[in-house]
Order: sequence, then C-alpha cells, then structure tokens
Amino acid sequence: MNINATLLGQTIMFVMFVWFCMKYIWPPITNAMGERAKRIADGLAAGERGKSELELATKKSLEILHEAKQKAAEVISQAENRAAQIVDEAKTAAKEEGERLLNGAKAEIEQEVFRARESLRDQVAALAVAGAEKILRQEVDTAKHAELLKSIQSEL
Amino acid sequence: MATETSSEYIKHHLTHLTWGHLPDGAWGVAQNAEQAKAMGFWSLNLDTFFVSLLLGAIFLYIFGRAAKAANAGVPSGLLNFVEWMVEFVEDSVRGSFSGRNALVAPLALTIFFWIYLMNWMDLIPVDYVPYIAGALGVPFFKVVPTTDPNATFGMSIGVFLLVLYYSIKIKGLGGFVGELTLQPFGKFGLPANLFLEGVNLISKPVSLALRLFGNMYAGEMIFILIAILPFWVQWTLSLPWAIFHILIVTLQAFIFMTLTIVYLDMAHQEHH
Repeated sequence: MNINATLLGQTIMFVMFVWFCMKYIWPPITNAMGERAKRIADGLAAGERGKSELELATKKSLEILHEAKQKAAEVISQAENRAAQIVDEAKTAAKEEGERLLNGAKAEIEQEVFRARESLRDQVAALAVAGAEKILRQEVDTAKHAELLKSIQSEL
Repeated sequence: MATETSSEYIKHHLTHLTWGHLPDGAWGVAQNAEQAKAMGFWSLNLDTFFVSLLLGAIFLYIFGRAAKAANAGVPSGLLNFVEWMVEFVEDSVRGSFSGRNALVAPLALTIFFWIYLMNWMDLIPVDYVPYIAGALGVPFFKVVPTTDPNATFGMSIGVFLLVLYYSIKIKGLGGFVGELTLQPFGKFGLPANLFLEGVNLISKPVSLALRLFGNMYAGEMIFILIAILPFWVQWTLSLPWAIFHILIVTLQAFIFMTLTIVYLDMAHQEHH
C-alpha cells in the first residue's frame, strides 16, 4: 500500500471517465427519459380528455334519448286527446242525428195523430148526424143544420 | 498454500503488481514487496490500473450502449436498468445538491458505478486471481482496486479539485479565501479560523478516500484471513461475510457518491 504514481494515473482515468460519462452517456439517457415522461404525460392527458369526452357524449345521448321519449309521450297523448275528441264529436253528431230523426218521427206521428183525429172527428160527426137522424127519425136538412152540425163537430 | 507460512501468504495477497525502477537500474516489475517499496513514488500499480481501467470501460460500454439505444418509446432490458440507475442518481443529486451544474449528476453516476464495480471484485474468491496470474507468470495481482489507496485518493483528489474549482468559480477567489479565514471567529481570530477551516477542507478528500479504502481493505483482509483456515470450515465464515459484504460494497459506493454531491453542494453555496 505505497502511494505512488498510480495516484496520478487513477486521477487522470477518473477525470476521463467522468468526462466521457458527462458527454456521451448522461445527456442522451436523460433526454430520452424526459421525452418519454412527456409522451406518457401527453398520453395520459389524451386518455383523460377522451374519457371526459365520452362522458359528455354519454350525457348528451341520454339527454337526446330523454327528449325523444318526452316527445313520443307528447305525441301519444296528443293522439289520444285527438282520438277522444273525435269519438266525442262522433258521439255528439250521432246524438244530434238521432234526436233529429226522433223529432222528425215524433212530428210525423203527431201529424198522423192529428190527421187521424180529424178524420175520426169527421166520421164521428157523420156518425152522430146519422145517429141523430135515426133518433129523430126524420130527414135532417144537412144544409139547414150545417151550423148545428159544425158546432157539435167542434165540441167533439 | 502449503509451501508458504501464513504471514507470507497474507503478504503475497497484499502486494501490488508494481512496475517501476528496479534496484539494478532497469525498469520492470517488482518481484517482491521490498522491491516494490523501494521503487518510491514513480512507479505504477499495474493491477490496480488494469482492473480499474477494465471496470471503468465496462461501465462506460454498458451505459454507452444504453445511451445509444435510448429513445422515448417503451424501454426494454438494459435500457430499463440503466434508466433506473440514472433516475436513482438523479434523485440523489436533486435531494442533496441545490445549485445548477450539469457536471454533478454524471460525476455522481460515474463515481457510484466505478466504485461499485471495483468493490465487487472483493467478492471474487481471494485466491482465484493471484493463482491465475501466477500461472501466467505474473508474481502479484491484487484484484480489488479500492483496496489500493492510490485508487481511492485518485478519485477523492479529483473530487477535491472540483470542490476547489467550483468554490473559487462561484464565490470568487476573495470569497473562498474569506470563507477560509473570516469564520467562525471573525477577522481577529484569523489564524484559528484558517486552521479550523483548513482542516475542514483537507479532511474532505482524506475522509472520502480513507473511508472507502479502509472499509474495502479490512473486508479483503478478513477474506484473506478466512482463506487461511482449513478449507472445510471456510464457508461458515466466508459465506456470511460475503453476504454482508454485498451490503458494504453498495453502501461504500453510495456513501462516496453522496458525500461527493454534498461537498460540491457546499462549494456552490455562499454560506454554510
């Protein structure tokens, strides 16, 4: 363990190794590492962005779906309303028509009744006259007693 | 080693393969520890040099391949591991270093891995490499560079020079000298200040180097002592020690790196 010129040689060797390492080894490795770190960071950021975009898109699609459902429900309810309306209208129209028909029929019936009553009255008057004729056993001058007959007739 | 005494065995394992000026005047490899010592300062520990260079090259090659393959796509295998380590070092630097300096992080990475790999040599069974070297005609081979104070001081002096450089660059020469002389006792306590701060400053590289060297040297020593025991009991001691050593190896590399970062951070701060 003598100290000798090996000391100088080792110092020189040491300096040369350090110089070589500093010049040719350290920079490319650290550069590559820095670049990779940046690339990874970028990738992660992109992933994050993609994720948030996906989230946004999902939210939007849900919204659209919701809207569509709402619209569909609206359309259906409108259609239902319309159908109910149509049915109602049809019902009213039918009722009106029925009433109209009924009224017509009633009026006709009344007319018939009236007409029948008129003819019945005539006939009853004639019968009454005939009966009276028979009761009086005499010829009644129809022309002479026309006024009398008429008054009887109106009393019937 | 049947032909050696224990002390010769230990001594052999602790002797570096030293190249320098031999006593007969020629340049060559020392054949024993005394010769190596006699070579004085102007000699080289070839084993430390070779192993640390090889491991440094392996580190740079692996990380260089990863650096070439680095891209912003999905990382795979080697790149994944390298990026993990780079991130670990970057975190450590970010945690302890408040200034802005492109040098600190690569410096910390190099320190950590180089020391880590050199420390791992400690886990190679102590006899393997010297035997193989011996078979190839090489008299000594200490395979753990961090058990050589030349290697640890080589690094800590490199760090120390950086501390001095950045201290002066950030604070200016006046600021740096002021920091050494004008605190903690004000300008009238100048000698005391200089002494305290000087010790503080010098202790940084010394403690860096000696901590690593001491730990690894002691660990290696214990492996060598275990290797002296009969071969059938060695594993009861060497296995736990090796497992424990995995922790030490990592911890020492981490401590050296963290303290380097802290010292450089202090050099970048105006007040501390």
